[in-house]
Amino acid sequence: MSVSNTTDIAEAKERNRALIQEVLEVYPAKTAKRRAKHLNVHEEGNSDCGVKSNIKSIPGVMTIRGCAYAGSKGVVWGPIKDMIHISHGPVGCGQYSWAARRNYYIGTTGIDTFVTMQFTSDFQEKDIVFGGDKKLAKIIDEIEQLFPLNKGITVQSECPIGLIGDDIEAVSKSKSKEYEGKTIVPVRCEGFRGVSQSLGHHIANDAVRDWVFDKQDGKPAAFEPSPYDVAIIGDYNIGGDAWSSRILLEEMGLRVIAQWSGDGSIAELEATPKAKLNVLHCYRSMNYISRHMEEKYGIPWVEYNFFGPTKIEESLRKIASYFDEKIQEGAERVIAKYKALTDAVIAKYKPRLEGKKVMLYVGGLRPRHVIGAYEDLGMEVVGTGYEFGHNDDYQRTAQHYVKDGTLIYDDVTGYEFEKFVEKIQPDLVGSGIKEKYVFQKMGVPFRQMHSWDYSGPYHGYDGFAIFARDMDMAINSPVWKMSPTPWKEDPEYVAIAAE
Amino acid sequence: MSLRQIAFYGKGGIGKSTTSQNTLAALADLGQKILIVGCDPKADSTRLMLHAKAQDTILSLAAEAGSVEDLEIEDVMRVGYKDIRCVESGGPEPGVGCAGRGVITSINFLEENGAYEDIDYVSYDVLGDVVCGGFAMPIRENKAQEIYIVMSGEMMAMYAANNISKGILKYANSGGVRLGGLICNERQTDKELELAETLAKKLGTELIHFVPRDNIVQHAELRRMTVIEYAPDSNQANEYRTLAEKIHNNAGNGVIPTPITMDELEDMLMEHGIMKAVDETEVGKTASELV
Repeated sequence: MSVSNTTDIAEAKERNRALIQEVLEVYPAKTAKRRAKHLNVHEEGNSDCGVKSNIKSIPGVMTIRGCAYAGSKGVVWGPIKDMIHISHGPVGCGQYSWAARRNYYIGTTGIDTFVTMQFTSDFQEKDIVFGGDKKLAKIIDEIEQLFPLNKGITVQSECPIGLIGDDIEAVSKSKSKEYEGKTIVPVRCEGFRGVSQSLGHHIANDAVRDWVFDKQDGKPAAFEPSPYDVAIIGDYNIGGDAWSSRILLEEMGLRVIAQWSGDGSIAELEATPKAKLNVLHCYRSMNYISRHMEEKYGIPWVEYNFFGPTKIEESLRKIASYFDEKIQEGAERVIAKYKALTDAVIAKYKPRLEGKKVMLYVGGLRPRHVIGAYEDLGMEVVGTGYEFGHNDDYQRTAQHYVKDGTLIYDDVTGYEFEKFVEKIQPDLVGSGIKEKYVFQKMGVPFRQMHSWDYSGPYHGYDGFAIFARDMDMAINSPVWKMSPTPWKEDPEYVAIAAE
Repeated sequence: MSLRQIAFYGKGGIGKSTTSQNTLAALADLGQKILIVGCDPKADSTRLMLHAKAQDTILSLAAEAGSVEDLEIEDVMRVGYKDIRCVESGGPEPGVGCAGRGVITSINFLEENGAYEDIDYVSYDVLGDVVCGGFAMPIRENKAQEIYIVMSGEMMAMYAANNISKGILKYANSGGVRLGGLICNERQTDKELELAETLAKKLGTELIHFVPRDNIVQHAELRRMTVIEYAPDSNQANEYRTLAEKIHNNAGNGVIPTPITMDELEDMLMEHGIMKAVDETEVGKTASELV
């Protein structure tokens, strides 16, 4: 590290610390004390990022978090394509979670797949007062009649279900019996539970364990094992991410027996306990079921990262290390095959992106996982934070991803994020739709890092090419040259104004 | 005269519905125009007026019709003894749904549909304990203004009376609800009158009336009638008339209650010799251990 670089880092650290103090000053004393624990400047060598996480947001601030229902219906269960997911409760939660998160899938919607459709029990006042169990039973009957090719049903509880104490488990059991053992999964993901969507992921994972795996015990699915069976866990196939990942695993000689849960099916979930290895992309939302399969079925799991060639290479080798030489050779073959593509992408875009600074604020995986992809393009992530990460996420971030002096913000508030960006003036902000226009109006280039801004995939080698193009498009768009206020910059305008 | 909005609260099984219906029947005899709103899923607040087992409730009719918006006030209102108008909120069977929400829905429906026009008294009869916000609905803004707590000399009835006072206190400043007084429905426990009077004093209110126990009440109940109607010349009918007059003359005398702590309540029982001071060494010991 050069002397000037060290000075830069020291300066950045000092600036970031001052910035944290500055944003905290506007809060009342108690709020400032609590928020202070969620903001930090990363010190190299520390085992975590030095922030508290997975704690209740403070009333009065604008948090970017979601709820447990969002975590279960929107993230974990929603993409399972051949099941019908009922938004159980009043219509709003279903309406606003309609069409999912661009979880691409193959199938004929409305016939054998249902991801972009919306099913809701549309609770009325009488359902609250008299309970909604009968209505739920009726909806299940109607689903069976109207969509006979569905392979299962989940009941995604909205808040009132928990408040009025409906017995959705009893309805699920009796209907499952009536329909010859059909998988019907009650999920207690009421939005008021927990502090963010994170608990919804956990509840959804537990529901898979209790209502899919445990119900399968004693009646094994028809399945012919191979020594190279793996399951992709925690890839939601946003813009096709799981597909551009899957081909790499297949090209190295592995057989992908399940995708959890993007473009996934109930049969794939049921087959997963037969896998030789679970490869885990989104640790935050699916580590629970991975750990369970390790304990109960003895299936090892390994985390990987398919953003950017450096991390892909590292991950392919790590996954291959669980298998024999044939697979290990396969990994090298895949790496070599795509070398030319990635070299070309980097040759084209690195000169346009080199040295650009990025600030991220995303969910439970991308605040760290995409850092390598930016670095492959010569960019630098100067600030990052999680909406709903836990301390184990911040440990992984500190140990494997962020650089010394990076600004860390957990469950950032709308105010803090705006202030940070205003002061740091990064070349790109990567966050969600709620943040997008705030920053674009500030004149800062922006990419949505939840939905890939309706682009993607970003996973795998193919995804990297699209990622590089999109970042270039955002940062180097000619529109930014037109955004400064002309009469503030241009002496001619000042002169006109003065006359 | 402006509309008097009253409510009867008290521990479950204390005799709220019986006391309130008898009192309201006596008020009707005095020429008052009355509306009774039953706020209990059991829907038994109007049976003595209608000589019926239970009338169709707002919520059951709404469920049949689709929603409360599909109902008219005539669909839910029955007229009973001396033209007393009767509605029952109703609610789900035990163990399902949300009865509290049902009370809120029903009361809003009645207000929006002008059920309170052209009457002198509206009386809410509310289920045992104020277990949730729904059952506190009648004591919120613009609903009942005077609360009468039916109680007895039993420990748990007094405990409930104190808890209800806490509920009234909570809404007293925002909604203007006041405690009208206590009504002791005699259980023939030791020093009952004395205890009831002391509790009333501690809560900053009055014991409005001490209703003696009389089996004639049961005789009337079996015939689904009030004593006022069944045996108008009986002593018990006179007791209810007295209570009715006292309530009628009690307008504007409501207070913001001063609920007491559990310890103070126990101390009160000890002062009257109902309860012995607790020997801490005996706590948690069985009868045989104490011998």
